[in-house]
Amino acid sequence: MRHMLILGGGTAGTIMANKLANALDERDWRITVVDGKEEHYYQPGFLFVPFDIYRMRDLVRPRRQYLPGRIRFILSSIDQIDPEKKKVVLANGEALRYDCLIVATGADIHPEQTEGLMDDEWGVSKFDFYTPRGAERLGRFLKTWQGGKLVLSIAEMPIKCPVAPLEFLFLADAYFTERGMRGKVDIHLVTPLSGAFTKPTSSRVLGEFLERKGISVTSDFGLARVDNEQKKLVAWDETEVNYDLLVSIPTNMGDPAIARSGIGNELNFVPTNRKTLAAEGIEDVFVIGDATNLPASKAGSVAHFESEILFENIMEHIEGRPPRAEFDGHANCFIESGFGKGMLIDFNYETEPLPGAFPLPGVGPFKLLGESAINHYGKLMFRWVYWNLLLRGVELPIANEMLMAGKQVV
Amino acid sequence: MQTAILGGKTLTLDADGNLADRNDWNEEVAREIAALEGIPELTPQHWAVLNFMRSVFDKEGDSPSIRRLTKESGVDTKTLYQLFPKGPAKKAARIAGLPKPKGCI
Ligand SMILES: Cc1cc2nc3c(=O)[nH]c(=O)nc-3n(C[C@H](O)[C@H](O)[C@H](O)COP(=O)(O)OP(=O)(O)OC[C@H]3O[C@@H](n4cnc5c(N)ncnc54)[C@H](O)[C@@H]3O)c2cc1C
Repeated sequence: MRHMLILGGGTAGTIMANKLANALDERDWRITVVDGKEEHYYQPGFLFVPFDIYRMRDLVRPRRQYLPGRIRFILSSIDQIDPEKKKVVLANGEALRYDCLIVATGADIHPEQTEGLMDDEWGVSKFDFYTPRGAERLGRFLKTWQGGKLVLSIAEMPIKCPVAPLEFLFLADAYFTERGMRGKVDIHLVTPLSGAFTKPTSSRVLGEFLERKGISVTSDFGLARVDNEQKKLVAWDETEVNYDLLVSIPTNMGDPAIARSGIGNELNFVPTNRKTLAAEGIEDVFVIGDATNLPASKAGSVAHFESEILFENIMEHIEGRPPRAEFDGHANCFIESGFGKGMLIDFNYETEPLPGAFPLPGVGPFKLLGESAINHYGKLMFRWVYWNLLLRGVELPIANEMLMAGKQVV
Repeated sequence: MQTAILGGKTLTLDADGNLADRNDWNEEVAREIAALEGIPELTPQHWAVLNFMRSVFDKEGDSPSIRRLTKESGVDTKTLYQLFPKGPAKKAARIAGLPKPKGCI
């Protein structure tokens, strides 16, 4: 019996477990998934919780329910990977030998990495919305807030779902407008990037969007510390931005188990071959989802596109053949823009997000890098797609490789 | 396609405004880009960072993040921001003739 071990049963780990359960012969392969938490959260939904659009309890399901019956699920924290001995040690003391290992331990926020961010007032006037607890606390706070200066601060790149902070700002603009208090709230983005987003065309388009909605931006801001007494952000060059309400996207990092195993970079992301998804320099180990160091977005849609490639490569690998399928960095993200509208962007390693129509060139129904009501429904539909199609590892009605057809080169 | 006259030649730039071709780079070009970025003089400390960036890029095909620069180049974050104001990783990559770091996606 050979052993396929999957670390992390989130988006990517669950997709891989489903794909492999169908493909690997039960007489030859055991498949195990290890995760430290019983609950599986639909993370893209966190964005809507502070604005009372979703409730947290509608976003959570039992993890096991999405794993096929033949999979052994172990509920335990992972202590360490030992690639030399080809084994993984769990916090419960158990040691698991593997023939093939998939690292899908994701990324999490680390507010403690920024001086002063977590001291005092964390959860009082400073919040995150990347965790269930943070999003709920922020929602409770907003209900009674009388207004002032709302600052959304991105501590450091890369972050999960790099469009989420912009979506938060668009939704905040709509939320306060609908409550008749937009005039009492100053909405401001503070980012280490040189503009609203990472790539030139979308940065310009999204920047214009922010401006139209009266949201101001401080760019190139390298956050050094938070001064809690004076309620201000201080940059490494001593520039300052003051706030009344701070919504923080803290530093995102891979799991500490990656650091303990000595296989991560400075942010605990695992160096991964950008085409094959094999861990660089480590035999029989593959990496998928937010846990990689790939220059692709950390997004559920990316985990889905990667899973098609990784599945093929693992099937080759266990037959002793070299990997063949190559990942192109494809990402596809709905951007909620407020007032019942949304945008959509589609891009890869080489091509930045461009305007156009998707998935049918010239037809749509979705509009790329432009606003429409149908894009908003696409975003809301994504929750159903996530639980019912994406996690199950079935094919989605979207091409795996990014296509240029339907895009306008600007 | 954007171009710029650097080191006496017309050089092609990429969409981010960095050199499109690494082979166009030399120390004179670096000094001229630095001047355009508001850094009048490249000191030995600047060069230590630039050389570190170039060696990481040669090995790994991407330039390092600020966090990695701090950890491995021996220059702390505060000093990095003094040397390359506003965005040390972005700015140092541009002056070193490298594309914008991919890490910030
Ligand atoms: C606010 C927000 C909005 C988002 N919006 C979107 C969106 O609109 N579209 C989109 O495509 N994506 C979005 N994302 C990103 C998306 O949720 C992630 O990219 C995706 O879930 C990544 O999947 P993963 O499997 O790599 O990581 P995860 O799904 O996070 O799974 C990692 C798993 O590993 C487990 N684990 C980690 N370390 C250990 C350990 N030491 N021991 C045991 N278990 C461990 C964790 O418990 C977790 O279950 C959003 C994310 C956030 C936070």
